[in-house]
Amino acid sequence: MAGTWVFVEQRDGNIRKVTFEMLSEAKKFGDEVSAVVFGKNVKGLAPEFAKFGAEKVYAVEGDVFAEYNTGAYVAQMVAMINEFKPNAVLFAHSFNGRDFGSRLAQKLEAGLATDAIGAEISAGKGVFTRAIYAGKALAKVEVTTSPILATIRPGVFEVVEGAAAGAVVEPAVAATAADVYQTVKEFKPTVSARPELNEAAVVVSGGRGCKGPDGIKLVEELADLLGGAVGGSRASIDSGWLGHELQVGQTGKVVNPNLYIAAGISGAIQHLAGMSSSKFIASINTDTEAPIFNISDFGVVGDLFKVIPLLVAELKK
Amino acid sequence: MKVLVCVKQTFDTEAKIELKDGKIADAGINLIINPYDEVAVEGAIQLKEKGVAKEIVVLSAGSDKAMDAIRTALAMGADRGVLVTQDAGADEYARAVALAAAIKDENPDLVLAGHVAADDGSSQVPTRVAEILGLPHINVITSLDIAGGKAVASSEADGGTQVTEVSIPAVVSSQVSWNEPRYPSMKGIMQAKKKPVATVAAAAADNKVTILEYALPAAKAAGIKIEEDPDVAAVKLGDWMKNTVKVEVK
Repeated sequence: MAGTWVFVEQRDGNIRKVTFEMLSEAKKFGDEVSAVVFGKNVKGLAPEFAKFGAEKVYAVEGDVFAEYNTGAYVAQMVAMINEFKPNAVLFAHSFNGRDFGSRLAQKLEAGLATDAIGAEISAGKGVFTRAIYAGKALAKVEVTTSPILATIRPGVFEVVEGAAAGAVVEPAVAATAADVYQTVKEFKPTVSARPELNEAAVVVSGGRGCKGPDGIKLVEELADLLGGAVGGSRASIDSGWLGHELQVGQTGKVVNPNLYIAAGISGAIQHLAGMSSSKFIASINTDTEAPIFNISDFGVVGDLFKVIPLLVAELKK
Repeated sequence: MKVLVCVKQTFDTEAKIELKDGKIADAGINLIINPYDEVAVEGAIQLKEKGVAKEIVVLSAGSDKAMDAIRTALAMGADRGVLVTQDAGADEYARAVALAAAIKDENPDLVLAGHVAADDGSSQVPTRVAEILGLPHINVITSLDIAGGKAVASSEADGGTQVTEVSIPAVVSSQVSWNEPRYPSMKGIMQAKKKPVATVAAAAADNKVTILEYALPAAKAAGIKIEEDPDVAAVKLGDWMKNTVKVEVK
């Protein structure tokens, strides 16, 4: 049992940043770090992982891996785990990563720490910090089965460059078309020039105080000026001003950007759960008693309809 | 078609979390049906209203308190319930083993559940149940069509919407935006009291994950708060963003 594997999160060769975050963090465990990538044409990606510390790159190519599908990916990973016996395998806590991790863990009758925001792996022991109740509490958990399996929350670990060999290993293909039990009929990418909520360095969110699409427009304008993502509290999602995929909070997304700007959001507990781990928090609210001010680094008591346009003008100077 | 819905009882999402003797304190906390599971129940009821589903069985694993979650689902419109009594300390593996054993006995055509629970946020159990039962699964769905022995669902994936097809029986887990769950009617609540709920013991399974300790996140302290004319406030906020946060302006 040796080595930490990082499963690469990619679509059509576009590698998601969380992959580099996991590679960077895995180096701290002192064990050999490898990237594991499945796809149709992925060998050429190896130098990308080497840059962030992957000593080895396990590249598995084939039509059956062209896009993520649980059955073939799990069959392949099980065969590789049996052959190479890694100490730990990390996945992104994403739509595909948690699906993969959960089904793999059950197949191996193993434990899995999902949505980890802290990881310590040493001497065959895997301890992870998980945010529970959407971040209102933290649990430290130990995965007591082997290999140690976890999914890692995107945007938590820092990306640190550190060149390594990145030697390509091509394991035998163990999965066949017979392992596939889901047919992806269509993937419609979100048409947005904005970054994804859980990857953005800046998130500007609008709440009830936006009063409607006009207020949301101001939020969007500020987000675009900062190259940020747009989010919303439950009030603006329930009102139909923004789609649910943009909800920040306990039944939406948990974000941790460098800067979170809450516009017209009072700060209900379920919203705070989704954003209070942001590095800097600014808020604009007419209610001086709004709970959001209790966790804001910079609070402006004022009307967002007046403050945001003036702020945009100020930032453009 | 028989639909089985897995529900979990969780803390109200507005609940403030505190620790007592190193554990999550549950005294005085309002308990609700996990919002993601509530959506799954509603989805099942809509399938019945469309004539696709004939019977809806609601299943929960947990303490006696989980009976409330089952009764809520029955009041919404599910037909009968099964409570698997299991220790609250069961991990995702043990929970999935217990649920899968009970599902096997029911032999449904479709298993619905929320894709994640609002308390532990693990997002594992429906997929694990599917693996144990050897069934295909689709997660985080926002729409579902059942026809010709197939389930076709849209899912909220990273960076887009994915449409996936699987054969049924299958396990399908819901996103909260799939539908708007109904409130149980007075009549529904009265009827729910008479609907049958079977109680069975959980299949034995050992945990694979051990919880070592709980903690509360460090409270973030309030910083600057200003109440000035909008033009002055905007300049001060802009300065802070440029000089302290060091934002890049496009």
